[in-house]
Amino acid sequence: MGRWIARVIALAYLLLLLVVPVGIVFFRTFRNGFSPFWDAVTTSQAEHAFRVTVEVALFAVVGNTLFGLVAAVLLARHRFPGRGALNALIDLPLAVSPVVVGLALILVYGRFEPIGGFLDDHGVKIIFSLPGMVLATIFVSLPLLARELVPVLQEIGVEQEQAAWTLGASGLQTFRRITLPAIRWALAYGVILTLARALGEFGAVAVVSGGLVGKTQTLTLYVQQEFQNFDPIGAYSASFVLAVIAIAALIVINVLRPKEHS
Amino acid sequence: MAISVRGVSKRFGEFVALDDVSLEIPSGALTALLGPSGGGKSTLLRIIAGLEKPDAGTVEIAGTDATSLPPQRRNVGFVFQHYAAFKHMTVFKNIAFGLEIRKRPKDEVRKKVNELLELVHIEKFSDRLPAELSGGQRQRMALARALAVEPEVLLLDEPFGALDAQVRKELRAWLRRLHDEVHVTTVFVTHDQEEAMEVADTIALISAGRLEQVGTPDELYDHPANDFVMSFLGPVTTLSGDLVRPHDLELRPTAGTDTTEATVVRVMRLGFEVRVELLVDGHDLWAQVTRETARDLDLEPGRIIHVARATRRQQPDHAGTTG
Amino acid sequence: MTQLDAPVPIAHRPAPASRSVRRSPSGFGLSVGFVTIYLSLIVLIPLGAVVSRSNNHGLSGFWHQVTAPDALSALRLTVVAAALVSAINAVMGTLIAWILVRDRFPGQRVIDALIDLPFALPTIVAGLVLLALYGPNSAIHVSFAYTRPAVVIALLFVTLPFVVRSVQPVLMELDQEMEEAAKSLGASPFTTFRRVVLPNLVPAILAGTALSFARAISEFGSTVLITGNIPNKTEVAAVHIYSQIQSDNVAGAAALSTVLLLVALVALVAFNLIQRWATRRG
Repeated sequence: MGRWIARVIALAYLLLLLVVPVGIVFFRTFRNGFSPFWDAVTTSQAEHAFRVTVEVALFAVVGNTLFGLVAAVLLARHRFPGRGALNALIDLPLAVSPVVVGLALILVYGRFEPIGGFLDDHGVKIIFSLPGMVLATIFVSLPLLARELVPVLQEIGVEQEQAAWTLGASGLQTFRRITLPAIRWALAYGVILTLARALGEFGAVAVVSGGLVGKTQTLTLYVQQEFQNFDPIGAYSASFVLAVIAIAALIVINVLRPKEHS
Repeated sequence: MAISVRGVSKRFGEFVALDDVSLEIPSGALTALLGPSGGGKSTLLRIIAGLEKPDAGTVEIAGTDATSLPPQRRNVGFVFQHYAAFKHMTVFKNIAFGLEIRKRPKDEVRKKVNELLELVHIEKFSDRLPAELSGGQRQRMALARALAVEPEVLLLDEPFGALDAQVRKELRAWLRRLHDEVHVTTVFVTHDQEEAMEVADTIALISAGRLEQVGTPDELYDHPANDFVMSFLGPVTTLSGDLVRPHDLELRPTAGTDTTEATVVRVMRLGFEVRVELLVDGHDLWAQVTRETARDLDLEPGRIIHVARATRRQQPDHAGTTG
Repeated sequence: MTQLDAPVPIAHRPAPASRSVRRSPSGFGLSVGFVTIYLSLIVLIPLGAVVSRSNNHGLSGFWHQVTAPDALSALRLTVVAAALVSAINAVMGTLIAWILVRDRFPGQRVIDALIDLPFALPTIVAGLVLLALYGPNSAIHVSFAYTRPAVVIALLFVTLPFVVRSVQPVLMELDQEMEEAAKSLGASPFTTFRRVVLPNLVPAILAGTALSFARAISEFGSTVLITGNIPNKTEVAAVHIYSQIQSDNVAGAAALSTVLLLVALVALVAFNLIQRWATRRG
């Protein structure tokens, strides 16, 4: 009896908060068939937004993968002064509102700030331009990979690496031939997580991009614009694309997850 | 000497793992570093391998000072308690690893690995992943992997510690035979005195960061340097304040000049041996006798008996003065 | 570890790879340098700039900006909504974790995977999705759009996974024999839950709640579309900061940002303390 009540309440909650709203958007996207959707996502503006989104996300993923690997190895394998600080600071981006991220970057790299002004004088534009969007995206997705890798590195332990050293392998050889293969699933998992977060970032990018149509507009900014321009099918269609990417990422992650423990 | 350790000390924070330890390990010998858990023996082994750096002291391997050499350049083979198998590589690839790092020609690698697979009797499993092997097979693979690079010395850290009792016994005997075959200078860490006595040519007993005694198994057993060595290497009991081995006690029906009167408390038959628990002046004591002796003396609880110390073995150094 | 032997007592165990056995000193130095510069350029210096800008006109200037009626109202709404949302999450998250671990019903695996959807879905899409059910063109003809409940709904959506994902593993690990023992001693299912299961879940529930509070305080994207961003009514702190940036009131934006940062940091510190406490309890 109690079991049934619990089940009904929990499922009803999930249904009303999650399943039905997502379902309605999917339904409305394709209410009039496939062609309105296709037309909406193949406008030059939508296509451009998609390209910008992918471009920004790829840069962010490459940067954060490099950072995540190095930081995770430092945290899991070394003791050094400042390790505790690094451990705490790496989580910091999770506690920062995306809008604050945007503001923070403007306050350093904006044209009227010392560093940003200097760069601008030398022809490097950061805010209202792609580099700023990449920085914002890096900021919000920074901890994800390192957080996945540290526990896995700790779990596999140092013995395999030490065995490789005693067999003559250098630090780099050991990393490439022993450590990297051992963490490959966690690495894939973390990269997907970072990618999904990067593709979907809205607030931080909204602040630093200026949302210039056909220039710095990402897919999420495009959704907002289409909605505010009373073009729901445009907004729904772009949302559908983003949602499909998100769900695909979820599926991949769920496939990868069990392998962590094998 | 294959390995010379001189004045090595190592601390981890407040904890003193090794305190001024010096040890010479002869070429070709099979040496056990024996001692209780946390006594520093594994740390010493890791220092020899270059996996830890000593706070003080030097390590010499095959005549060259290795103290500041990284593990890569010491040419040691190291076998870990939990095998440290490269999980994503086949058995063959595991064993070939060191040779591939050294960029040996493919044919040579294949030939050498196949020899080693045969030597450690896992040739059937060459294409398997470590996860598909039993613990004993994995440990033999780890040994082959360490031997592949023809190390100056072979270091084994509790090599059988993670195995169950039966496999452990088999591997011990096998390691002894293997060593007789390949003759590489071998040092292994164990906390099991029986294992050390059975396998090693030389035992170095380490406790609380200090080297207690070095010698052959017989030397340590028969001429222990102190009470600790004596009690660590075999069963002991106390007679008039001195440590004695229970099998060095003689039970006699009649009193003599060298005997002490005792009351039998309990008699336990453990197969061939009989364990006799006694009471001497309110102190517990036990003796180990043969079944024959027990029958002859008609031992049973409450009986008065006379205990003498057999003379064939020596006591710890200071025992003679107090006994 | 199967044997009694540990090379060094746990408390004195050396670091996984102690300072002494770096692979190569130069590689280590390079790594530390790279990580430091990366973190500084992208995270630390910019955040420092926010805090320093909020103080440009001294503490009184900061205070002036934070206590401006619009700002104060946005802050109050955000904190109250985040607290309410965290409380609801504590209850519903635990309940959902419970049915995912202890119940068996068709479609359970799908539901389990769906829990992460709010993390994966871009926040602007989340807002749009909620608008479809609770907006002016609502499929069920109940509109919360442009009202304060809309803020709560948006925050509930984006914070859904926190408590569920924090309680779920603990519940899985929980020894069921403990519950069977309680039942064999005559406890009703409800009493068993309240007195045996719940106390064991408390750290996980609190940890998840703290994370969802930190997230709710900072949320921007999901609230943009559904709340209408009406100043003094439905405008949350992050949206208020956004509109201050748009209208070039950088000092005001920086001041409110600093407050948000502080509140979120307190929530994160609380989270860390709870985790440490939970680890100590075993």
